[in-house]
Formats: sequence, C-alpha cells, structure tokens
Amino acid sequence: MTAMIDISNAEKTFTMHLQGGVELPVVRGVSFQVEPGECVVLSGPSGAGKSSILKMIFGNYRCDGGRIGIRHQGQVVDLATAEPRQVLSIRRATIGYVSQFLRAVPRVPTIDVVAEPLIATGMAREEARARAGQLLRRLNIPQRLWQLPPSTFSGGEQQRVNIAHGFISDLPILLLDEPTASLDAANRAVVVELVAEKKKAGVAMVAIVHDDEIRHLIADRIVDVTAFAAAA
Amino acid sequence: MSELTSALDNDQPLLVADSLSKNYGRLSACRDVSFALYPGEVLAVVGESGSGKSTLLQLLSAQLEPSAGRVSYRMRDGVLRDLASLGEAERRFLFRTDWGFVHQDPAQGLRMAVSAGANVGERLMAVGWNHYGRIRDTASNWLERVEIDVGRIDDAPKTYSGGMRQRLQIARNLVTEPRLVFMDEPTGGLDVSVQARLLDLMRSLVSELGLAAIVVTHDLAVARLLSHRVMVMKGGSVIETGLTDQVLDDPREPYTQLLVSSILPP
Repeated sequence: MTAMIDISNAEKTFTMHLQGGVELPVVRGVSFQVEPGECVVLSGPSGAGKSSILKMIFGNYRCDGGRIGIRHQGQVVDLATAEPRQVLSIRRATIGYVSQFLRAVPRVPTIDVVAEPLIATGMAREEARARAGQLLRRLNIPQRLWQLPPSTFSGGEQQRVNIAHGFISDLPILLLDEPTASLDAANRAVVVELVAEKKKAGVAMVAIVHDDEIRHLIADRIVDVTAFAAAA
Repeated sequence: MSELTSALDNDQPLLVADSLSKNYGRLSACRDVSFALYPGEVLAVVGESGSGKSTLLQLLSAQLEPSAGRVSYRMRDGVLRDLASLGEAERRFLFRTDWGFVHQDPAQGLRMAVSAGANVGERLMAVGWNHYGRIRDTASNWLERVEIDVGRIDDAPKTYSGGMRQRLQIARNLVTEPRLVFMDEPTGGLDVSVQARLLDLMRSLVSELGLAAIVVTHDLAVARLLSHRVMVMKGGSVIETGLTDQVLDDPREPYTQLLVSSILPP
C-alpha cells in the first residue's frame, strides 16, 4: 500500500447525554484513500459530516468503528485505536491541520505563532522565524504586524496567520478545513499556489472548500460525503 | 532532534500509578486510579472540588500514603522504583531536586519574609551549591526568565503582587532543573489578565525544558492550553481520559459533557 491515508468503514455517532441521551449519527461506512501528492476534496451540503471526517483523521474526534490507517514514519498506524501518545507523535511528524479559526495563545507574537511548528521539530529559533517571515510576506501580512499577537487582527488576517502556521512545516499529510473562506482574491490565489507546491512535494491533502472555483483549481479527486450519510 | 521531541518519543514512563486508592474511613477520596506519565508529557487532572483531584496529586507526589495501590517513579539511574520503598535520602532528592511543586497559594511554596533571590537560591544551596556569586547569578537569571525585574531581587515576596509571587514560585521550583512538576490550581487566585501571562510563561518553560507535569485544575481552558492529555475525575474515580482536545471537543461521558457545556463563551 502506498496510500498516506486509508480509511475503511469509519463511523461516528454523537451521544448527547444532556439531551436525554439522543443519538446523533454523523457518518458511517466512510472509506477512501489519499495518495502522496494528491488533494482529495470532500463535498456535500453543510451538516453532511465533512468537518467531522477531517477531525476524525486528525484524531480530534474519536472514531466509533472502522479503521483510519495513517502512514507514519514508514509504517501504518490505525488512528482509530491509537494511544494518545501515538496520536501526538503523528501530529508532530505526519499530520498538519489548518482549521477555519485560529486558536492562539494570548500574548504570543504572530511571527512566533507561525514559527512554532518548526521550533517544535527542532529547528533553531532564528531560522524558523526567517521562514515564518517569508511565508507571512507571501500571504500579505505586513511586517509591522509580526510582533503583535494575532488576536488583535481582522478575521481574514487571522486566517492567513493560520494558513502560514499550517503550511510552514514539511509534514506529509495536510488537512484543510475551508482554508480560503474569508480571503480576498489575491490571497486565495496564494493559497492555491501553496497547495500546488505541497502537491509537488508529495504531500497528501484532504480539503473542504465551498468555493467552486478554488475547488476546481486544487482538487485531484472529489469524494462525495453524502454517500456516507448515517441518518437512521 | 530537539530535547523536547526526543523526550516526547521516549518510550519509558517517568511515573506510573497503579490502582491507587485512598480511603478516609468509609469515604473513598480516590478510587483505583492507574496511568503512566512519560517524559515531557503534561497531564491535566480536571474535575470540580471534592472530585478527588487534589488527593490524587498528594498521592502521586508522596505527600500522602495510599490505602491501596502504588506509585513508581523512574529515578535518574533509569530504574523504576516504588515510592513507598525509597529511603530518606532518595525522597529528599526527589523533593529538593527532581520534582517541583507549584501550590495554588504562593505563600505555601515560598518563604514570604526572605528575599526573592534567597527563595530561588535556597533550592540550590539545598543541593550543595555554595558559591554566593554563582547562586546569585543563577537566581537573577531565573527571575528574568519568569519576567520579574531583577531590581526586585532583594525584596521579599510579601511585597510582590499575586502574579509575581506565582512566577517567583515557578522560578524557585525550576532552578534545580526538575524532571517532573506538580501544579495544584496554578492560576487559581489570579486575575484573568495575569492568568494569561502566567499560562503563556508556563507553556513555554515546560516545552523548552522538556518537563513532565501533572496539573490539577478545575479550569478547562488551563487544561486546553497546557496539557497533552487530560483525566476527568468525579467522586474519586477517573471517568474519562484521553487527548486533551479530544476529550474537550468530543466528550463522551455525561459528566464531561456537562463540564464542557458549562463554560461561558467569552
């Protein structure tokens, strides 16, 4: 198997104990693969479970059944049953996640927020900051803002910081949840470029994109999530 | 590979709790708790007051004897030892050097009437440092690291604000380069703005030093910011455990769902 991600029959149900134990089936029978250098876009109306699937691949949501095979440091690990320590190791070395919203530590300057994933894998602080600066410049965040914490930024600026944070490291798998949602045309084009560079570098990607034009530009393959509808 | 990543990929647990229980008469304050903590890992223990989390912290840090079960710790020679079997010298080594303990009330962890420099230097003297100049240099270096103006080194912590006291307590604990730090509601009595600064400081120190930590808190935001893993306690038992973001974003147990849903959005 060469796939970076190999999901078979994964399923997810929420049990809402505070609402009298209501069972909320989200998805079932989720099965697809993602090869290196390929970008798979999940499609389907909102509420179909696209974000849930992405979160299951990141280990943020638990998987109630099936298998989520991730190629991690030369071997396949089933994320659905992995120990917390293994999931953390996978997040350090293999899977990156670009969420829609930035969850940053108060007080930390933007440049350090972006450089952090590189420092965490052992790069020297100055070198990591230099690379963070290059990426912020490409994403049109002016240098005078780099020393400020991103919590003071506009929504679009925060999202670009988030993208820089997600794209800076050389992880072999990237999950993108609406990476272009609040961006203008110029910055959307930068994201499309960044995705193309990642493909060339052999990165496997799964993305959620509502914008038809962007989807057309980045998708190698589309997986229709409505096929995994779990409505009882 | 940095110190942190190599610490995090270390496969040998630093501390192992094995079926720990503590009873007070018929009351069971802590029931059958087992887990392993690895080097560089931060574990948060959350739950409301009375859930047994502080009792657990005392059991883990050998301040309280368990009614059943045991705690083992990997000493610097690499051997995992039952805490109950340690001699007095080994226990002293743990308390003075290899462990830190950050109390909610800094007055419990500091000597309030002696200078800040002496508070930090004391831990060094306890492990045999005797060169005054070196002790003072190291102490002022640590005051800088915890963002305390070095000009205040000769002032006693009773003249400090709450946030400064808490940062001084952290410096006092970390100066001996411990491998494990226990924290009991470390941001407890502080203003929100002071909390954010302290959390940010603790987060960066823990990751720079590759420290393992066990943080008891009732504040889920503290758990989210500081910890890799979380254990939820209720009525003396651990009812849910897992990766921090997983437990907070996808809580399974009714009580955890209640805790998570009870947070007021800012």
